[in-house]
Amino acid sequence: MRLIVAGFIAAASLALGGCGYNTIQTQDEAVKAAWSEVVNQYQRRADLIPNLVNTVKGFAAQEQAVLIGVTEARARATSIQVTPEMLNDPAALAQFQAAQGELTGALKSLLVVVERYPDLKSDQNFRDLQAQLEGTENRISVARNRYIESVATFNGTVRRFPVNLTAMIFGYEVKPNFTVENEDSIAQPPTVDFGTAPEQ
Amino acid sequence: MSRWLLKGCVPFIAAAAVAQSLQPVPPLAARVTDLAGVLAPDARDALESKLAEFEARKGAQVAVLVVQTTQPEAIEQYSIRVVDAWKLGREKPDDGALLLVAMQDRALRIEVGRGLEGALTDLAANRIIDETITPRFREGDFAGGIAAGVDRMIQVIDGEPLPEPEQHWNGPQGLAGMLPMLFMIVFVGSTVLRAILGRGLGSLATGGIVGGLVWSVTHVLGIAIGVGLVGLVLSLMLGFGGGGRWSSRPGHGGWSPGGWGGGGFRTGGGGGFRGGGGSFGGGGASGRW
Repeated sequence: MRLIVAGFIAAASLALGGCGYNTIQTQDEAVKAAWSEVVNQYQRRADLIPNLVNTVKGFAAQEQAVLIGVTEARARATSIQVTPEMLNDPAALAQFQAAQGELTGALKSLLVVVERYPDLKSDQNFRDLQAQLEGTENRISVARNRYIESVATFNGTVRRFPVNLTAMIFGYEVKPNFTVENEDSIAQPPTVDFGTAPEQ
Repeated sequence: MSRWLLKGCVPFIAAAAVAQSLQPVPPLAARVTDLAGVLAPDARDALESKLAEFEARKGAQVAVLVVQTTQPEAIEQYSIRVVDAWKLGREKPDDGALLLVAMQDRALRIEVGRGLEGALTDLAANRIIDETITPRFREGDFAGGIAAGVDRMIQVIDGEPLPEPEQHWNGPQGLAGMLPMLFMIVFVGSTVLRAILGRGLGSLATGGIVGGLVWSVTHVLGIAIGVGLVGLVLSLMLGFGGGGRWSSRPGHGGWSPGGWGGGGFRTGGGGGFRGGGGSFGGGGASGRW
């Protein structure tokens, strides 16, 4: 009897391994790791913004509209609750991406405005912040690309026979991915109302 | 049929065309790779030995790459592809950094491994580019700008506490260097040991000594045991009156212990310089001149 149970367990584990169960697990974890890197880098950018806004304010307080635009976009982006479930929810992911894209757009228009203030541009503090912002934007794009790749790998695995059967049994579905499109094009106010999100 | 085939192939052809138009990542053969011919041989050698000395002392890997252009990609995109392929820095501390210069684009970038982001921050990298490198580049002093930039990168990385450089990392190279000595030990030592301890025990002792020596250098038990076994077998064969009798036997003729040992251990040492498996997350700074 014990032999039969042992044999059954051995057979089951072999069969599961053969059907890609382990591959799904590994790649699912890889997607989660890539996602947390994306979130970290977006958070890093959000952390830079209050300082940046204050510095610009010191030289160009009259640029109210742009400054408020950046602050509000940041508030909206950081108010989105980032959860692991989000990875499997196309709507939530799209919403996250739209809010971050909007912040990217607002930051770009801020940097355009800055061009009109030579004193600000030559301010060491501002230049440092700009260098940090550029570095962070680059990290974001690296993290996003890696996330896109990891999701593509995962989706490729889950779709292919016979792993698709394993995935179906254990409830793994194709994950939504970031679109590679230029973020400028989605830099419009989102349709979702976030109510009175407190600024962090 | 042929139209269907053609249709099926179009995406592949397109993908191949895109892949081809990107600048290739050069193979990593040295710490300083100058594809644009900007550095004089002696300047390159000086830089190379400075970086080698730094790695031996600190463990971090810094490399320099000078290319003509990174077009059609931006320097950031090309740079991350290069470091992803080269994997500079040791695996766990991720302590690699790259100074990339694109001559025609008049652009440069310092790409920083994850483990060095605390010391060589985006800000620090930006300052090195702005204050040290680009002023010299604007005067046409490329060798001087690169050397001064590397000096400051080394200075900054020196401030970061990193794990001691281990022998482990360059173990295979050390082993390749040890091979002649190991053979000496097997041939001379085993003769002596066999005379004292007898054939079996003497050979066992020879194998043990060789294995222990290798273990002390590489800290890889598998390699040590393997080399120890080879030493044991060689020693036993010597005890049977030299390899001549064995190799003259049919079926054993092609088996040469020297060839096996040399071929087996050269794999790690070949190529001169390799990345240690460090990872990058896009940290660093770019600049133009």
